[in-house]
Amino acid sequence: MRTPDGGIRPHYQALVEVLASLPHDELMRRKQSADLSFLTQGITFTVYGQDEGTERIFPYDLLPRLISGNEWERIERGLTQRITALNHFLRDIYGEAKILADKVIPRDIVYSCKHYRRQMCGLQVPRNVYIAVVGSDLLRLRTGEFVVLEDNLRVPSGVSYMLTNRRVMKRTFPKLFHSYGVRPIEHYPQLLLNTLRSLAPEGRPEPNIVLLTPGVYNSAYFEHTYLARQMGIELVEGRDLVTHDNIVYMRTTDGLKRVDVIYRRVDDDFSDPLIFRADSGLGCAGLFNAYRAGNVTVTNAFGTGLADDKAMYAYVPDIIKYYLDEDPILNNVKTYLLTDPASRQHVLQNLDKLVVKAVGESGGYGMLIGPQSTAAQREEFARAIEANPRNYIAQPTLDFSRAPCLFGSQLEPRHVDLRPYILFGDKVNIVPGGLTRVALEKGSLVVNSSQGGGSKDTWILE
Amino acid sequence: MLSRVADSLYWMSRYLERAENTVRQLDVTMSLLLDSSETTAETRWQRLLTSLGNPAGVEWNGDMDAMTRMLIFDGANSASVTTCLDAARENARQVREEISTEQWQRLNRLYHQMHSPHAQAQYGSNLNDFLASIIDGIHLFKGVSDTTMIHGEGWQFIRLGRYLERAYATATLLEVYQESLLDLQEQAHSGYQYLELVGLLRCCTSFEAYCQVYTADLSADRILEFLLLNRDFPHALRYSIDGVRQAIEAIQLNGGRRPPDELMATAGRLHSMLRYTTISEILNGDLGAFLHSIREQCQQIHELLYRYYVQYSIQSALSVQG
Repeated sequence: MRTPDGGIRPHYQALVEVLASLPHDELMRRKQSADLSFLTQGITFTVYGQDEGTERIFPYDLLPRLISGNEWERIERGLTQRITALNHFLRDIYGEAKILADKVIPRDIVYSCKHYRRQMCGLQVPRNVYIAVVGSDLLRLRTGEFVVLEDNLRVPSGVSYMLTNRRVMKRTFPKLFHSYGVRPIEHYPQLLLNTLRSLAPEGRPEPNIVLLTPGVYNSAYFEHTYLARQMGIELVEGRDLVTHDNIVYMRTTDGLKRVDVIYRRVDDDFSDPLIFRADSGLGCAGLFNAYRAGNVTVTNAFGTGLADDKAMYAYVPDIIKYYLDEDPILNNVKTYLLTDPASRQHVLQNLDKLVVKAVGESGGYGMLIGPQSTAAQREEFARAIEANPRNYIAQPTLDFSRAPCLFGSQLEPRHVDLRPYILFGDKVNIVPGGLTRVALEKGSLVVNSSQGGGSKDTWILE
Repeated sequence: MLSRVADSLYWMSRYLERAENTVRQLDVTMSLLLDSSETTAETRWQRLLTSLGNPAGVEWNGDMDAMTRMLIFDGANSASVTTCLDAARENARQVREEISTEQWQRLNRLYHQMHSPHAQAQYGSNLNDFLASIIDGIHLFKGVSDTTMIHGEGWQFIRLGRYLERAYATATLLEVYQESLLDLQEQAHSGYQYLELVGLLRCCTSFEAYCQVYTADLSADRILEFLLLNRDFPHALRYSIDGVRQAIEAIQLNGGRRPPDELMATAGRLHSMLRYTTISEILNGDLGAFLHSIREQCQQIHELLYRYYVQYSIQSALSVQG
């Protein structure tokens, strides 16, 4: 909200005035009514590794985060560029792999990635689209520049919170919302549906589109049901699907019905026990062969995790340069690859100042935050890094932006990031907004919902 | 509609109906216990447990409060109100995209109400109000289901679950009561027996409806006739089975597959049996066997439903598709 010298940024002025004019009781009343709305709507997520009662309301902060039209325009161009390049990259790697022959990125880093899928080699994917849905995490630095912290190319989640936050927000601050001229995001489900439809196999003019969920115990299950309902498509689990002669069917009360497009929210590993993990009960046996035969579109494609491996992330600027011959519009955060002996040495000596992340993890799991860590934790990470340097990267602890949040009657600043959602079909579509995630602990830099973070509505101004 | 979804909607509805039935029977039993009577508390509780299907691990041990709590709050007891409501909500949660927001919110509220600390306090301070509020919640859910959901296939599966569960529960209840009812025919009944008969009718929310048809003149054969054969009362067996039959027909019309002959025949046969039998024929025969056969046929309908709509083999489905 504030500039580095402590002044209020111009577009926050109206918000500050409204807050100052609202009596405290009134603010509390609105907060309670918003909370109740989340509870009765059952907008919850699941925290793994805890006891019963793991279903929690998603913590929600009442105050919106504001982003100006100019800021957004740059973000939009930057993300479009980035996603286009990453899609070229996946197509190349699973095709001719020219980028490796040209030695732009090292061969090893590709073939040692645990999300690389050799089964995808030489396979033609519909419209050459590997990643139809992407969520990239951005940070706003002290300088005002937005940088990319990571890309989520497998099964990014959170878009339902973006949409429900907006709905609650409109009810809570109708006048303020109206006076600000906020750009709409509510058409996201329709754009997603159009994107999925555009990827249907040839000769299926009225494609039957489904959303594949791991089921009710998945942390993002609420989102899966929400999106399926908003799009009016069937929400299926692996056990609803069967394959026969390389065609995927779903079991309905009216017999078997053919499936053409699967918006997949199940990880590669669990989607087909015949090809990937044999012990998975979440997927559908034969799905991959039906996909390979071109009878069904599965999106995002298998093996896209290759491009969101955190070590690969360090090469994204090179990837953009190589395929598009452009400079990146959105920069990366400085990243140390620990396979490089000099970097490794530096990182091991400065563990207390850096953030270390396991390359294949997501959701804030497998992370060390140096300044907030104990000696024992640093020791543990140092050992793990030395045992398997390919599995970790390190980044400087960033001074990224904070936004005012409401705690009790207090306004307090908390660190925030931003995850916009990019759709890639016939063309690239990004609804103006995203999920602003909030670190709820004072001083904390971790915003992941699975680590107890919250969220707030994001207003992109005209 | 996905088979799994139909399955969940069907069970969501059965569990809610079951919860309502448990609450109602518990309420009636508690109120009968207030009156002094020839029937002992033990007999009443045994009767209640039998009509709830003798849930495993629940036995009458003389402690009324413990018993009531077990039937309401005990998550380990498969017949408890909590267990049924949890199961209903879990089924609903698995098919949230198929039911209306209003349905989900209504059911979710009921679930939170049962699990909130206030539930125990309300139970302690006014049991009747507490039980009534649960039934209210279930009634609201049914109302909301009927007014906010498309009356398509999913709704028919909800209806199917409701009526099949109700038919099964009513047949079970009558089976439990039948001996004492038949005894009663022989003798003029006292004030105590009047209360028993009112109790039976109230177990099926049918006291007022009975009075409209037969006046407050209570007799065992009329009560049986009403609960078994009435065409217009939603808790009567004939009405419930007619509901089952109509739902199956509607589901079948909705699909393009070969009609489920055996299922239609079974539901139709049971419906005809209730439609074309008179109460004197039933009473002259073996009432116990009659009721038992109704339960068996309900069970058979359930199994055929599964075989045709939920757990069919892929081969059979592909061969029909050609």
